[in-house]
Amino acid sequence: MNKVHFDKHRCKGCGMCVLFCPQKILRLSDELNDQGFSYPQVSDPDRCTACGLCFRMCPDCAIEVDKDGVKISDKKETTDLAK
Amino acid sequence: MPTLKRTEVLTDVRTHYCPGCGHGIAHRLVAEVIEELGIRERTIAIAPVGCAVLMYDYFNCDMTECAHGRPPAMATGIKRVQPDKIVFTYQGDGDLAAIGTAETIHAANRGENITVIFINNAIYGMTGGQMAPTTLTGMRSTTSQDGRGKHGEGPPLKVCELLRSLDGVCYLERTAVSTPKDVNAAKRAIKKAFQNQIDGKGFSLVEVLSMCPTDWKLSTAQSVDFVNNEMKEAFPLGVYKDKG
Repeated sequence: MNKVHFDKHRCKGCGMCVLFCPQKILRLSDELNDQGFSYPQVSDPDRCTACGLCFRMCPDCAIEVDKDGVKISDKKETTDLAK
Repeated sequence: MPTLKRTEVLTDVRTHYCPGCGHGIAHRLVAEVIEELGIRERTIAIAPVGCAVLMYDYFNCDMTECAHGRPPAMATGIKRVQPDKIVFTYQGDGDLAAIGTAETIHAANRGENITVIFINNAIYGMTGGQMAPTTLTGMRSTTSQDGRGKHGEGPPLKVCELLRSLDGVCYLERTAVSTPKDVNAAKRAIKKAFQNQIDGKGFSLVEVLSMCPTDWKLSTAQSVDFVNNEMKEAFPLGVYKDKG
């Protein structure tokens, strides 16, 4: 089960989470989000320690880390000022 | 342990910042400090002119927008009229160290009981990468194409070192957001700067060295390295003044 949840609509694909993940289990997707950016995916969820470094380094608050391993509740859609 | 997620002091709006920009991290740190101190209902923030000009869309507290460089002057007025409010300004290097130098120095010298968050990315971001007062010696920008210092631009302006000599200043610290360790240290510094204001201790300024991949024309990883290797050398991190 994923301990890290990425809000792909907020993500701008900067790759800070990929850069600082100590387990090196993040990669940017081949697909693009609605802004045209790649977004991170966990390649090996079992190795995630929920350390939270990806959350701390994300400039876009696009990451939630569940430290207890509890499933994160359904997220509501991100508001977009441009709409 | 709790879930790590966006604090409610930040609105559910996508920011306009470029990918890899340090403003987003600094915003989160300030917002988390406001939440932890329980002061959201009595906080008034002052947005600058520069990349953070739209930050009033992103913060869930009372905010006002200010003429370029004038946030410390406006903060002075707001704090004096409503001394029970927590007033902070959030300014970039072009705002605080160029057009707003006079306001910054005089607010600091008067020892106004306000908090200033100073984002230093060594360049004018919003206008497209021109040389800022804080641009490093030898660093190229659209208005210093041979590297700063070749044509009489002088060395970078060091704000913490400059303000240290003023008696009115309570607390000065330079931090960064380029590594997890620095981010944690920056949050501690920002929290102290807000606590100083709550305790009525006077002018507190936290400088945050931040990445600007777009105008530095570097990748995310390269711009993190630039802060860690070059900016930290020109702008050493640490506490520059703490009157306690």
